[in-house]
Amino acid sequence: MKILVPIKRVVDYNVKVRPKADESDVDLNNVKMAINPFCEIAVEEAVRLKEAGSADEIIAITVGESVAQEQLRTALALGADKAILIETDQEPQPLGISKALKSIVERENPDLIIMGKQAIDGDNNQTGQMLAALLGYPQATFASELKVSDGKAEVTREVDGGLQTISINLPAIVTSDLRLNEPRYASLPNIMKAKQKPLETISSDELGIDLNPRISTVKVSPPPEREAGIIVESIDQLVDKLKNEAKVIS
Amino acid sequence: MTALVISEHDNSELKGATLNTVSAAQKLDDEIHLLVAGSNCNSVAESAATIEGVSKVLYVDSPEYENFLAENISLLIKNISNDYSSILAPATTNGKNFMPRVAALLDVAQISDISAVESKDTFQRPIYAGNCIATVKSADEVKVITVRTTAFDPVSSESGSAEILKLEEVNDAGISQFIKDELAESDRPELTAADVIISGGRGMQNGENFNLLEGIADKLGAAIGASRAAVDSGFVPNDYQVGQTGKIVAPNLYIAVGISGAIQHLAGMKDSKVIVAINKDEDAPIFQVADYGLVADLFTALPEMESKI
Repeated sequence: MKILVPIKRVVDYNVKVRPKADESDVDLNNVKMAINPFCEIAVEEAVRLKEAGSADEIIAITVGESVAQEQLRTALALGADKAILIETDQEPQPLGISKALKSIVERENPDLIIMGKQAIDGDNNQTGQMLAALLGYPQATFASELKVSDGKAEVTREVDGGLQTISINLPAIVTSDLRLNEPRYASLPNIMKAKQKPLETISSDELGIDLNPRISTVKVSPPPEREAGIIVESIDQLVDKLKNEAKVIS
Repeated sequence: MTALVISEHDNSELKGATLNTVSAAQKLDDEIHLLVAGSNCNSVAESAATIEGVSKVLYVDSPEYENFLAENISLLIKNISNDYSSILAPATTNGKNFMPRVAALLDVAQISDISAVESKDTFQRPIYAGNCIATVKSADEVKVITVRTTAFDPVSSESGSAEILKLEEVNDAGISQFIKDELAESDRPELTAADVIISGGRGMQNGENFNLLEGIADKLGAAIGASRAAVDSGFVPNDYQVGQTGKIVAPNLYIAVGISGAIQHLAGMKDSKVIVAINKDEDAPIFQVADYGLVADLFTALPEMESKI
């Protein structure tokens, strides 16, 4: 079984991102970049399937600028076998990314596509579902457990009220939630080995895909600040404030 | 111009998130139609017909929609989408699941999780875990939108009188099957609909100590939530999680107990009307967003609070 794992380069999750002073965009000067945490979980899941003998090849792929090779190398260090960069200078959006990924799916014919449920920059939560729609594949989003056998995947999904389990026919798309697994750390030898693994670069122009943004950013502003509150000295004072000042309990 | 709102329900009851989504749709279009798709969900269609501002309920009742599988629902919505300038669903796990699929089938972008409507094509939405608010403009003719329900006041569920139009639409993609649901049974209100929420974090130390929150929750009619740290530590199931990757809530009163206040948690609750933080670490970031902070050991503070409310 062949697994394709689309990943994304994003701001490290520990960075508190702020708007630029002119509010034209977010300020990403000199911030640390990393593989999106949900994508890391997706890579880990693919590697576990390979270790369990269910998969024999893992291809990591991303759509972005040349520097995104760093995150592909991370995926290779975690256990992907080869990587593909679809290179573009545009900031691609989910629909465009899905179209680019579709063209590679049609070339590589993976049996399973595992990807993060959302990237922590735009928080869109769209690309997996869109790719599934474009391919006519089934989808299992927000996965916390994945079992593959006999041309099907049984997936437990994290839904608002608890858990839902569905079965989907392969080929299919699974998007990872936080509890799917705990990703390993790449070992130094594996980081070194990753440098030798194949990384193919394809320009987005070659694919003839429309990556033009459909959504433009008018401005990026800070969220409304909450007024600083007060520190109360005791439960008595707290209960009094909640009853008589905030009037939220009776 | 007409908006199509996709209702949230469980085949027997209409969910409150629908009312917030209609409220967002009213800011976009003059006329609103509501889709009720499910199986044996006649009662939902009837209650949908009394929602304020809805002129027509499209009622589709067929077994393949029973579990809201994205493959089937998205085909249905695409088929009936022709006359609409906008299609909106609440940003619940259902809406998040099928709406991008609808958008891709229509070859349009989706605007996820909008928190305000500025004009017919311009919206606000939180990005980077709510650390920034982006104002975005869509160039697509049809706007496919998921709505952050806490950002829009619900419309009335009783003052409307819509026509119910039953549609025969069969769309079984045949590529996915429902196996089972394991939904948490609770007498408490749902997190996303609760007026009061009391949440525990890593400071609770273990799952048993969440019992300390129960007594207070009982007295206040509150829902119980948790931070990701508490979920990751195995104290409580994931459906308790409030935050960037959990539920987004905005109750009248949010009580954070033993929660340090990571940005990912704040992203899920900082629009609450009143925030109370109880934490023994006076430097915890949660105090920067709290209206009332109490620096105290939660193991003595919680029993005292329970006895005094």
